[in-house]
Amino acid sequence: MNTRTATVPARTSTGHIVADWRDFYALTKPGVMKLVVFTGLAGMLAAPTQLHPILAFSAILAIALAHGAAATLNQWYEADIDAVMKRTADRPLPAGRMDREAALHFGVGLGVFSVILMGIAANWLAAATLAAAILFYVCIYTIWLKRRTPQNIVIGGAAGAFPPLIGWAAATGEITLMPILLFTLIFLWTPPHFWALSLFVNADYARAGVPMMTVVAGTRSTRRQMLLYTMPMTAVAIAPWPLGLAGPIYGVTATVLSLVFLALAIAVVRNPSTKTAHMVPEKRLFLFSIAYLFALFGALVVDAWAPVILTIGAGA
Amino acid sequence: MTPEEEDIIRRRQKSRALVTALILGGLAILFYLITITKLVVAS
Repeated sequence: MNTRTATVPARTSTGHIVADWRDFYALTKPGVMKLVVFTGLAGMLAAPTQLHPILAFSAILAIALAHGAAATLNQWYEADIDAVMKRTADRPLPAGRMDREAALHFGVGLGVFSVILMGIAANWLAAATLAAAILFYVCIYTIWLKRRTPQNIVIGGAAGAFPPLIGWAAATGEITLMPILLFTLIFLWTPPHFWALSLFVNADYARAGVPMMTVVAGTRSTRRQMLLYTMPMTAVAIAPWPLGLAGPIYGVTATVLSLVFLALAIAVVRNPSTKTAHMVPEKRLFLFSIAYLFALFGALVVDAWAPVILTIGAGA
Repeated sequence: MTPEEEDIIRRRQKSRALVTALILGGLAILFYLITITKLVVAS
């Protein structure tokens, strides 16, 4: 569905903007939601115990709605920054297609509902973790740190790392070493992923006055730090295999893909260019990093379900 | 407000009401299914 609606601002005689429902939908960042839902589902399916399909669907819906709430509240708070960035200027709030108050009510309502749904469908540990993820993203990252420190993405990465942890907690009712490793993997993946993007939209962030690493420390230092995060990320990605928490399907996939990731990060460090047109290694790494996470979590699920699939296949 | 603006607002309110009704209907079904599933799993 096209979330960049062609709607025009429509005001009532009292001055209120009547937003189109598509603008509310666009606030939830449905594009990013796919990755959040996928990693949450993967965490749930990789867990040793499984929820009933209806409860599992409800728990995943709760994760999706919580993501929508966090994204909405992020845009509610950052409407001023979004207005001066080319990439975000067409969002419903900076484009003037919606009242800020409406976005705030929508975000808070969605967030509260998602936590209650998770508690009812799965368990209250998963619900508490979900609430913590929303609060962390909105209060710690968006409101407190994003405009104050170039480490904003590193800290914000923790918020994006919650879905597999929540998926696992929803299925098992506990948090063990494996979901913590999955959390750490996404946490360490976020800086190289996001800094690759910010390298080629650097001018946008500089104009908005956001202290991104690329703006504050420069492109050379950012590229070096991307590699510094990629190295422990590689180790954490492979770790479940030697620790006996995942099998060879996951292990081989993680090893091969992480080494490719590492090679692409080295190519980024070796690129001296500051011109967007010459940032081919950065664009390559950014695109690969998305596929990397999808493939890694996909392999984790296949690995966990391989014995079941083989048993069914042998019986048929 | 011009008649065109009034028309846009009315159409927008109508579509929002329809989407809200569909979501509420979907949630009513979902909560019914969750309740039944929980009863079945517990028994």
